[in-house]
Formats: sequence, C-alpha cells, structure tokens
Amino acid sequence: MQVTDLQLQAEKCRKRLLEVIYRAKAGHTGGDLSILNTLTALYFHTMNVETGNLDSPDRDRFILSKGHCVEALFVVLEAKGILSKETLDTLGQFDSPLAGHPTVNVPGIEVCSGALGHGLSIGVGMAIAAKMDKRAYKTFVVMGDGEQGEGSIYEAMMAANQYNLDNLVAIIDRNRLQISGNTENVMALDDLHSRWSSFGWDVMDMDGDRMEDIVSKMDSIDYNNGKPHLILANTTKGKGVSFMENVAKWHHGVPTEEQYRTAVAEIEDNINKLLNYGK
Amino acid sequence: MENNIACRKSFTDTLLSLAREDKDIVALATDSRGSVTLTDFANELPGQFIECGIAEQDAVGISAGLAHSGKKVFCCGPACFYVARSLEQVKVDLAYSQNPATILGVSGGVAYGALGTTHHSLHDIAVLRTFPGMSIFLPSDARLTAELVKLLVDYPYPAYVRVGRAAVPDVYTDENVRFEIGKANIVHEGNDIAIIATGETVYHALTAARELEKENIHARVLDLSSIKPFDKEAVLKAASETGRIVTVEEHSIFGGLGALVTEAISENPVPVKILGIPDENVIHGTSPQIFRHYGIDHEGIAATVREFVK
Repeated sequence: MQVTDLQLQAEKCRKRLLEVIYRAKAGHTGGDLSILNTLTALYFHTMNVETGNLDSPDRDRFILSKGHCVEALFVVLEAKGILSKETLDTLGQFDSPLAGHPTVNVPGIEVCSGALGHGLSIGVGMAIAAKMDKRAYKTFVVMGDGEQGEGSIYEAMMAANQYNLDNLVAIIDRNRLQISGNTENVMALDDLHSRWSSFGWDVMDMDGDRMEDIVSKMDSIDYNNGKPHLILANTTKGKGVSFMENVAKWHHGVPTEEQYRTAVAEIEDNINKLLNYGK
Repeated sequence: MENNIACRKSFTDTLLSLAREDKDIVALATDSRGSVTLTDFANELPGQFIECGIAEQDAVGISAGLAHSGKKVFCCGPACFYVARSLEQVKVDLAYSQNPATILGVSGGVAYGALGTTHHSLHDIAVLRTFPGMSIFLPSDARLTAELVKLLVDYPYPAYVRVGRAAVPDVYTDENVRFEIGKANIVHEGNDIAIIATGETVYHALTAARELEKENIHARVLDLSSIKPFDKEAVLKAASETGRIVTVEEHSIFGGLGALVTEAISENPVPVKILGIPDENVIHGTSPQIFRHYGIDHEGIAATVREFVK
C-alpha cells in the first residue's frame, strides 16, 4: 500500500474509532489516536498478518502492551477483515466478547494484555522461539511512554540484548502525556533514546504522526544486525482531532454528541482531502 | 527400592531425559540453575535452556511467549519468588492468556527453613487456586513427581508445581505408580478418620497412620497431590465414610488444602481440623523443626488424630 493509501486507511480507522468509542461510552481516546497511524502501517504495510494466516507459525506476532488502547487495535483488525463489524459493534455491551483490553478470544489477538509492562517479555519469548525454530517471523510490541515506569520492561530489555533478538521490534508511543499529565512531571523519562541505546538496543526516532516517516523507518529496520530494535514514535496524543490533541483529559475521555460530530467532521474533511489528492 | 531423592532432582532428571528426545522442551532458570538442579540440563542441552538472570517477571513473560509459540516450557526457580514477585505475569500471561507453561517452584513451603519469611511460600495454593485455568500440583514423592513431569510435557494448560528442597522418603513403593491429574490416591486404608494431605506432608500423614494403627485407630490417608483440579468425589467419600477429617499442609491455614476440603464438604459437613502454618511469621528453624513446631510432622498429626477420635 502506498503512503497516501495508508493515510486514507488510517483516517477511515480514525472515524470508525470515534464511532466505536462514542457508542460504547468508553475508551482510551487520546492514546488510541496517537498510535493509530503506526498500527495502520504495521497491519497494512509491515506485518504479514492476514485473515488467512492467523494460525500459521510463520505469521508476524503483534502484542499491544499498552492494552488500554485496544479500541485502536479493534478498528484496524476490523479494517483487515479479521474482526467482524457485528462483533465490534457489541463493544461496551453486557456480555460482549470484547473487553476494554485485549483478550485472546478475539481473532488476531495473541495474548491478553492491559497490565502494563508485560508485553515486551512475552515478545522476547516469541522472538527466542523464532530463533530456536529458525523461523523468519518478526515480533512487534507496542508500549506506551507512561508504561516505561514499569520495572519489568527493563528486565526484558536486558534479555533481548543478551539473546541478540534482532527479530524483535519494540515501539514506544511517545505522546508525552499519561493519565496524570505530562510524563516528565509524573516520572521523567527523557531521554529514552539513550536509555534504550545503553541497554544495547538499536534505537530509531520516528515521527509517528507522519505516515511517510513511519513507512520509511519500518522499512529501514536491519533484521540482521544482532540487536533488538526500538522505534521511538514521537506522536501527538489525540492526533487527528484538533480539540483532543495534547490534552491529558482525553486519555480516557468520551466525546459528547456535539464533540463527536465535530470530530467526525474534521476526520471526514481529512478523508476528502486525501481522496482528492493528486486529482 | 527406597528412592529417597529430592523431588526437584526427580523432576529435572526426568525433564532432561525427555528433552533429549524432544527439542521443543525448554527450561528456564533465574540464576537458579543450581538450586533447581538444572545444571546438567543446561550443560547438556544449552540450546533448550534459557538463563533469565534474577528477573522472575521476565522469566514468566518469556515462558508465556515461548509456550504461545509451541514450546513445552518449564520455568524453574524458587517457589517463593514466582508466586509473589511475578504473580501478575502468572495471572495474566499464563492463566488469563492460557499459555500452557509449567512453573516449577522449588524449595516451596518452609523448605528454606531459617532463611525466613522472604523465602517461604505459604500462600501459593490460596492465591493460584483463584486463577481460572491454572492447575496446581504438589507431588508427594520423587516417583510421583517423575510421573507428573511426563504428563506436563504435553499438558495443554498452564500449571504450577511445588516441590521441596530435601530428599523425601517414598510414599509409593510401586514402580508402576502413575500420577493421575484430578485424582486422589488412598495411600492408607481406614474408616475411623480421614487424613488428607498434599506435598511433603503426605509422608508424615502416612507415618502417623501407621503409628495409629498400632493403637487400633484406623485412619484413611488421602494423597491430594493434584490440588487443582482435585478429586472432590474422593473427599466427599472420605467425609461420609469416616465422619471426621484432618487436613495437613505446608501452607497457611487460610485458603489452602484445609479450605478446599471444607468448601467441598460444606453441603454435607463433618468436623474438620486444619493443620498448617498459623497466621504468624514462621518461627526460625530448620524445615523439620518448623514441621514439628506447628504439628504438621507425623508426631503432631498423630497427636491431633488421637485427640480428635477420643
């Protein structure tokens, strides 16, 4: 898929995301929006995950360690045809098969997550298994920046380096906001680049708001350099809905009807611009 | 022939012999390969051994990822750390996600003796019993432990196995004994009272029953090595046929074997005495001294039974 098509796909997912959260009256809107471009690129450009290969031992593995942003994953899985619209429409209803965090009964979801700081260790296990079995699949783990407070991540960082897991890609959604406010005020993280480098990782900075840069950085990963990879995705919390951008309260804010209509109008405007691009 | 070897050694020797023939068997340790007796495994099969360093949370998470990818995973280390430090990984990455790895918790209960409460695991049954999809086994001797390992290699659920540290005398002398998941074994017949035990306390219960036999007290001893799933039918039968029960566990008196048995018989209750570690930090001493102090050795069990059947 070309960059413009990926952008269009991301905007369509964005519109559906707002609808899903508005109807369910729950969701982690801000972080969903900041990671949505990256998820779109992973599922429509980088990873070999399709409806037909969900049980294949050679499929790429994906773990949403920042599990609270599951709505963003749901809409991407729906766009891929992996999760049905009927199922996604039950989100927020009593006895829905979908929870507010990833669960393994949902097609395309590998592990339950949502207790922060777990995903990278599981990814290390999957990456070691690939090396043991000489399989080419890659493992991708998306974490939040607030999540970097969890000490277990640093255990996994050491193990990934110890076992030279160049088939493992960790991505941090660096939107600089967590539930209580700016990450640097809650518990300072900067600079994450040198922190991860010092643990032996191959670190790349990426503009996670720009599809061109996401595609370019994903394509430039050297899977044979003997090092695990970290992509530091610099993003905007609430990306794509201007009144939500960089506002901490949208961490798990749910739009009112008026806010929902405003947000959708802005996204539709972006979709139309992309559809008319080059015409 | 008297076995008299530690269950942990029986576990890892069996695992090594199986792993030689099955490259998907993987063992992990947390700077604990010596204490879990995995040194031979690590030396002989380095490609199937993963050292995680002192990082139990990571070890359980890695185990989940390996099991998810089709590996037959045995994550081995001191019981006290796996069921405390990495409890959330056991809950979410193994039980909730249904990744079928086995945690081998060695030196469980009070096996570390005077090292103190940091190193005791007297809450593991109580906590893990509440995790849906988690199996719990406390094999009572070395032979039964070896049989359990053979079942766990292809067991499709996450499991926790707790064994001790020192050698334990044989409960089973029959070379053909098999571990049956979800089944209890009657290791001593009797209808005056039932003694229900798990793990290393089974041998003490059996010894007590043999002593009591000389006093014309006929105690049934039930080995509940399989704690979850457990043999409810055997417990109900023991209650109805003997009319009173003593439970014995190297565990807190809260939430463990005693609780499991009383819950099981709650609709048709009989009197139950629960022997275990009371709600206090464990007295400092060797494991046998601690067993004696809290009355979960054979002498303490026999004394409780004598009083109970009066």
